[in-house]
Amino acid sequence: MSPRHQVLLWGAQRFSAMVLALCVVVHLVTMIYAVRSGLSAAEILGRTQGSAGWFAFYTLFVVAVSVHAPIGLRTILSETLEWRGRGLDVLTGVMGLALMLWGMRAVVAVFGGGGT
Amino acid sequence: MENLQVRIWRGGEEGEFQEFAVPRQESQTVLDVVTYVQRKCDPTLAYRFACRVGVCGSCAMTVNGVSRWTCRTHVSKVAADNTLEIAPLRNLPVIKDLVTDMQEFFDKWARARGSFTGSKTRKDAFARVEPQSKERKRVDAGIECIGCGVCYSACDVVTWNKDYLGPAALNRAWTLINDVRDTKHAERLAAVAGDAGCHACHTHLSCTERCPKGLSQTAGIAGLKRAVLAATLNGEI
Repeated sequence: MSPRHQVLLWGAQRFSAMVLALCVVVHLVTMIYAVRSGLSAAEILGRTQGSAGWFAFYTLFVVAVSVHAPIGLRTILSETLEWRGRGLDVLTGVMGLALMLWGMRAVVAVFGGGGT
Repeated sequence: MENLQVRIWRGGEEGEFQEFAVPRQESQTVLDVVTYVQRKCDPTLAYRFACRVGVCGSCAMTVNGVSRWTCRTHVSKVAADNTLEIAPLRNLPVIKDLVTDMQEFFDKWARARGSFTGSKTRKDAFARVEPQSKERKRVDAGIECIGCGVCYSACDVVTWNKDYLGPAALNRAWTLINDVRDTKHAERLAAVAGDAGCHACHTHLSCTERCPKGLSQTAGIAGLKRAVLAATLNGEI
């Protein structure tokens, strides 16, 4: 990977960190608010499914995680195992895609039109 | 006065600590201790020093596990229980005893384009640099580096990533990026970009904590990160 792309990865990780900081706060506040009144899972799903706003918010959350985590993992693996090169980039890229797929599966289930 | 119990690294990459008893003296520096051992106990001890007053940057060693300049480190400051363990700097190949091979350290200054490139000749007038300008103040904050290698030895990222340029080379690059007379800014930003450059820094602040000159290499590296990202997004590098 060229230094230029490495710099762009660094920028993407910093920007996604800013997004995550906001998303985590909103997520925690929402979770605490939801469980305080003792809502059941079915009641929560009844309120979340079909909500375009929450769907968009958690899609952003998942995208930010999928960008942020693999870049950090790439650095950790590189420094811990002295592993560099294309194999590392491919592995962490695949992990990013997997996070995106798993995350969006959950978003669709909770905020989409129906369950999976 | 009582004796200091001193353990000094002997050998190269492989070796062991050797113990010496050194008379404790008032206002004694760690370099005084090493010099005493070499002159009175074992003349084969290898170590490096020149000015003895904190200017040349050649006497840095690891003292009780911490990278320090030894000529201005008082024994009273670091040997609370009258024991000293003196080893060569970390992250550099050991030639013999307390002497490390500094080649990779200075090669990385060259890789970071640490040399000034101007556009004027001796026939031109002096450049006028406003002392209160933002750039000049940034240069002031980093220009007093003496190249001792303490920051390089203290940096964990250097340990984990042998390609990493290190705090001193990046600090040098930062001072030149802020030198309004220099003409190689884009090339220098490209040279310090990416996984082996400023973006590898984890902001542990070990360099800033240990720098004997009180410089903040971390602040300079943070400035480089921003400058390189901006240049990358603008398509300049």
